[in-house]
Amino acid sequence: MSVLSYLIPISLILGGVGLLAFLYTVRSDQYEDPEGDAQRILSGEWDDRPKP
Amino acid sequence: MTAAMRPGTSACPACVAAPAAESLAEQEAHEEARLALSLPTIHCAACISAVERELHRQPGVKSARVNLTLKRATVEAEADVTAQDLVKVLEGIGYEAHELDAGTLSATASDKAGRDLLMRLAVAGFASMNVMLLSVSVWSGAEAATRDMFHWISAAIALPTIVFSGKPFYVNAWSALKNKRLNMDVPIVLAIVLAVVTSLWETMLSGEHAYFDAALTLVFFLLAGRYLDYRTRAVARSAAEELAALEVPRAIRVVDGVEDTVQVSELAVGDLVLVRPGGRMPVDGEIVEGQSELDRSLLTGETLPVYAEPGLGVSAGEVNLTGPLVVRATAVGEETSLHRMADLVAIAESGRSRYTSLADSAAKLYAPGVHILSALAFVGWFLYTFDMRTALNIAAAVLIITCPCALGLAVPAVTTAASGRLFKQGMLIKHSTALERLAQVDTVVFDKTGTLTAGTPEVTNLGEFPRREIEVAMALAMGSSHPLSLALVDAAREAGIKPAQLSDIEEVPGFGTQGKLHGKLVRLGRAAWVGAQPLAQTSAFLSMGEDTARAFTFSDALRDGAEESVRALLEDGKDVMLISGDSTGAVEALANRLGIQKWVAEALPEDKAAKVQALSEQGKHVLMVGDGLNDTAALAAAHVSISPASALDAARVASDIVLLGSDLSPIADALNTARKATKRIRENFQIATVYNVIAVPLAIAGLATPLIAALAMSSSSITVSLNALRLR
Repeated sequence: MSVLSYLIPISLILGGVGLLAFLYTVRSDQYEDPEGDAQRILSGEWDDRPKP
Repeated sequence: MTAAMRPGTSACPACVAAPAAESLAEQEAHEEARLALSLPTIHCAACISAVERELHRQPGVKSARVNLTLKRATVEAEADVTAQDLVKVLEGIGYEAHELDAGTLSATASDKAGRDLLMRLAVAGFASMNVMLLSVSVWSGAEAATRDMFHWISAAIALPTIVFSGKPFYVNAWSALKNKRLNMDVPIVLAIVLAVVTSLWETMLSGEHAYFDAALTLVFFLLAGRYLDYRTRAVARSAAEELAALEVPRAIRVVDGVEDTVQVSELAVGDLVLVRPGGRMPVDGEIVEGQSELDRSLLTGETLPVYAEPGLGVSAGEVNLTGPLVVRATAVGEETSLHRMADLVAIAESGRSRYTSLADSAAKLYAPGVHILSALAFVGWFLYTFDMRTALNIAAAVLIITCPCALGLAVPAVTTAASGRLFKQGMLIKHSTALERLAQVDTVVFDKTGTLTAGTPEVTNLGEFPRREIEVAMALAMGSSHPLSLALVDAAREAGIKPAQLSDIEEVPGFGTQGKLHGKLVRLGRAAWVGAQPLAQTSAFLSMGEDTARAFTFSDALRDGAEESVRALLEDGKDVMLISGDSTGAVEALANRLGIQKWVAEALPEDKAAKVQALSEQGKHVLMVGDGLNDTAALAAAHVSISPASALDAARVASDIVLLGSDLSPIADALNTARKATKRIRENFQIATVYNVIAVPLAIAGLATPLIAALAMSSSSITVSLNALRLR
């Protein structure tokens, strides 16, 4: 049963990382324009470097 | 930096505050330079790049960003860049653009409440999944120390989550209790708290059953319902705000002969305001210069333009048609008659406040029922076993099982689906219970001008004129942008007629157009100007010099879909009425054309509202469709109301539903969708009830385990959501 002492923290940490990533995306306005983001990926404007 | 540039300011001790004030001023200047443009036609990646590239190329533009979801561009620029310039630039590269008033939009700029709900939902989702994982291990046979450990870990995850994610429910329940009422949130909070307390107690005593997972899933499902509900309303609100923001409150003030564009809010009594042809009066006042015609239809429903000359009083909201007018303001802002009339709406008893939504009436039955049931279970089991722990456990199980997961989702899931569907057809549902009220409608009352008619005139007697006269009239009409002239030109062009050769064509604002045909004076305009008797209907007179002038008569063109919509409503067995402030002749003609039996003409705003009230008192459910300021009181008094996007802001605010396109035909469809949606809501309540009928006896008998609770709760919530999706 000692395997549980690894697995439970690991599952919680992985889930927590997912949660934090989601909270980060919400806070940084990444759901403001879903349609625009879907279209922007097709344009070559910002492909070679990130937006300043 | 700014302080260093102005060393003199810090000389006095009071100026310590100056840098703060300066940075505040700087901030304001910064906000002023934030422009918003509505771009209704953009749809692809190429559009985004083209618009952004073009905007960036303009001098003074610091940054430009297109939002495709909202079809809107936000531009940050130097203070001297105006939105009109940018609109011109974008129209130059082929994109329709309109300026949006940043002040009106700012309310939606940051969606704090929605983000807050989403965060709580995410945390609840994370926690419920983890706890469910641990609970599954317990249900599949973990025992003794392992089970206790799993329960403790669950408690460690559940407790902070419940405190954080459940906050909206605690706040709502508390405010309901403070007002000595019961709402849906009271049993929810009680269930959550009781579940957590008994589970903790059980865990301390190494008990078998803990309901941490149930409490968390409950919070998760209910928050999902709340979030759906919120999203639907937020989308409607932001679209409604965008409509309002399209009317930029700006006016031209004349100071010592110099024209200056200012915000309407900056105007003061006594200011001289220039109103160009096609512009709307921003203030109440008196004309001091210029001659023109005024369109008062939005205020009174009258279609005949009124002749305007110095000395005539004007009210805010009237539209100037032909010549530029200078108006001296006598009342501004809140004092204008426009605002005073809009205030009437607030006083008129609103149809929506009298209505109890299905969810509320369900809650009224449900909340006391649940409390009584679980109290009875507690007392019964306590008397039977004299064991507090068992009795409390069973009471908690009853509360959890009956908790309105499905009820919480039943209404929002359906309204989200239905509103989404209607939005695609061009209807914006502004009020949360509008759909339910729409489903009950049995009487439809239409306004005439601007609602059933498009507000643009069309010629009715072109055939009575000889070709030569039409050619002359067309040539004269082309010299003016008056709505009647435009209609005449359109009609003549459609008949394949070319304009005659005239010389010296000039427009005389307020009267008409004149020109010379082979040296002879010809005129097209008002009756008095050409020496004829005025007619009762809208008309323009043509004078060819020698014989008496003849009149082109006009009627208001029907709005697209008006005929179909009225016919569909009549076929559906609805009572259709027409109430208008316009003259009897015009109203009767339109009523006959559309096959409407009941009509009232020359109705004052109070008459309209009184008629709607009277119908409601007879037990009818009235749908009012109107656009003008004279309709607003009636819109507010009706059971449910619709206004077109072209309506005045006050009318749109007073109505529950806004038609986004110019077409009226979605109205009949909307009634259908609303009926279907209400049927789905009722079905969902039935599903939830059936589930309670099966699960509650199990809980009261003490047979419900956390596993059964989880299964029942999830399956009923999913069934309800799927049933709602059938509406799409």
